[in-house]
Amino acid sequence: MFMTKIVLKNLFTKYATRLYPFQKKEPFQHSKGELKIIMEKCILCGVCQMRCPSQCIKVDKQAKTWKVDPFACVYCGVCVDACPVKCLYQESQYRAPLPEKDTILHVQQPKEAAEPAS
Amino acid sequence: MIDSSVGVTEENTAEVRPDEVITQSRVLKDEGFRFITMSSTELEDSVCVLYHFDKDLELRNLKVHVPKGSKISSVASVYSCAFLVENEIKEHFGVEFDGIPLDFQGMLYSDEEVQKTPFCNIGIKRA
Amino acid sequence: MARTVLPFGPQHPVLPEPLHLTLSIEDEIVKEAIPKLGYVHRGLEKLAEIRDHNQMIYIVERVCGICSCLHALCYCQGIEKLMGLEVPERARYLRTIWAEMHRIHSHLLWLGLFADAFGFESLFMQFWRIRERIMDLQEETAGNRVILSVNQVGGVRRDISDEAAKWIQDTITIVEKELLQLKSTILDDSTVKIRTVGKGILTKEKAYELGAAGPTLRGSGIAQDMRQTGYAAYSELDFAPVVETDGDCYARTAVRFKEALQSIDLLRQCFAKIPQGELSVKPKGLPTGEVVSRVEQPRGECLYYIRGAGKKFLERVRIRTPTFANIPPLLEMLPGCDLADVPILILTIDPCISCTER
Repeated sequence: MFMTKIVLKNLFTKYATRLYPFQKKEPFQHSKGELKIIMEKCILCGVCQMRCPSQCIKVDKQAKTWKVDPFACVYCGVCVDACPVKCLYQESQYRAPLPEKDTILHVQQPKEAAEPAS
Repeated sequence: MIDSSVGVTEENTAEVRPDEVITQSRVLKDEGFRFITMSSTELEDSVCVLYHFDKDLELRNLKVHVPKGSKISSVASVYSCAFLVENEIKEHFGVEFDGIPLDFQGMLYSDEEVQKTPFCNIGIKRA
Repeated sequence: MARTVLPFGPQHPVLPEPLHLTLSIEDEIVKEAIPKLGYVHRGLEKLAEIRDHNQMIYIVERVCGICSCLHALCYCQGIEKLMGLEVPERARYLRTIWAEMHRIHSHLLWLGLFADAFGFESLFMQFWRIRERIMDLQEETAGNRVILSVNQVGGVRRDISDEAAKWIQDTITIVEKELLQLKSTILDDSTVKIRTVGKGILTKEKAYELGAAGPTLRGSGIAQDMRQTGYAAYSELDFAPVVETDGDCYARTAVRFKEALQSIDLLRQCFAKIPQGELSVKPKGLPTGEVVSRVEQPRGECLYYIRGAGKKFLERVRIRTPTFANIPPLLEMLPGCDLADVPILILTIDPCISCTER
């Protein structure tokens, strides 16, 4: 009657929770996690900057840079859908915590592989 | 089938003067309508206040244009639950309501330091 | 007898929401209650002046942290009416599926908090353990646990594949079985009944007159549910509003529990009837005119008034959430109750103060 069966069953089964950080959860395949860019494909059009609801992306066409503030980003994925060349993507794991706030800057090198610089 | 998103048209909205609001809402209350809420928008020289009523999922509105800086009597004498939303409109838009039962003096959401109404530029809140 | 004035909230160990009440008590019976809001006021309606109508979807979603998908649904329906768009059928069914999943998770959250308010912590943890399965479903299909970001003007952004649909249906069968195991504990246990039966009575006439919404209205005997108007895919689903007649805390608890079970049944109906098709239509032009849009959130009826003038930014987005409508009935229920029952009565209207104050 009532919760007696559940209580007795729980005495003899294993933990309902995971022993984090020794055991970590496998992230789901389609989760919206950290925002990343493939800088070689970017054409610096600025559509992602226009569509972003929290205004966290800054594109500079002259200096050929793409900057994002990962602490202002709400991880909605609008920029990923709006990009015409599909150079933006979201990982399935969320961004790791950092000790201080910082922006992430990507500089497009002409005709070479891109290097992310903080 | 009744639609859940309805445009504000002449069929369901009656445009009334500020002094007719109490009598019209009493008529609606006798017909069995219940009060949902009020909405307000700032126009050039007046504030447009919409009253929303509902009966059996059918929506009915009353539209009033209140000139900026003038008063309108409170509908809380007919529907007592309206005092909360009238306080909010008074705080955000500066429209003065006459006879609200529980008046927060413009401090429902904000603190004493806030002097101006957030939405409408007609004046200082605390005289 | 002298009266004592007791401030209750916004931070209190038993109160989950930042609401402040000034209670006047005489010998432990509450005589009068005056509310005060404003602890989480963010001014989101004013952001409509600097964000265009597509970006506003993501702002409007963040008004509430429990029923967020339904805020986006109400807003998108209003804008679609202004622009004259017809949403494809598959998108309407997908919106219904995510809305019903949201309803189940919100009611399970409330049932857990309610059990915690009168001290039944193990029942609180059991309800939240069941709720974790629904959160996993939402994370896999939509991308996030609560703030789904799947609605857009014209349809939805993501699809649910056939294997995901099968996984959802298996999971809700397990959820239903586990919920039914807890049914006798929440509805028949004598300790729960002592704390809830006969407390906070709201009569049928008072509930209608004071403008109550949601389970607060349906627990007092009035069968009104915005889903009966048939927005999204509800016109093709078969359901009736859940009604109880007593009007006390026990009746409202029973309404929410039965609605959670009804949502599972609605999900099954959706999966049986969902057609193949497009996910969204392309919107053209800018919204012009005025519209009033209403949906049924887990807490009650939510109203959106949107006014556009054909420009990039909307003129006005006005949100009226169900907890705002349920505060006058709460002030009616409080006088005459014991001081120890005050947190139970506040929780029985299902407060969501971040919705109320936006």
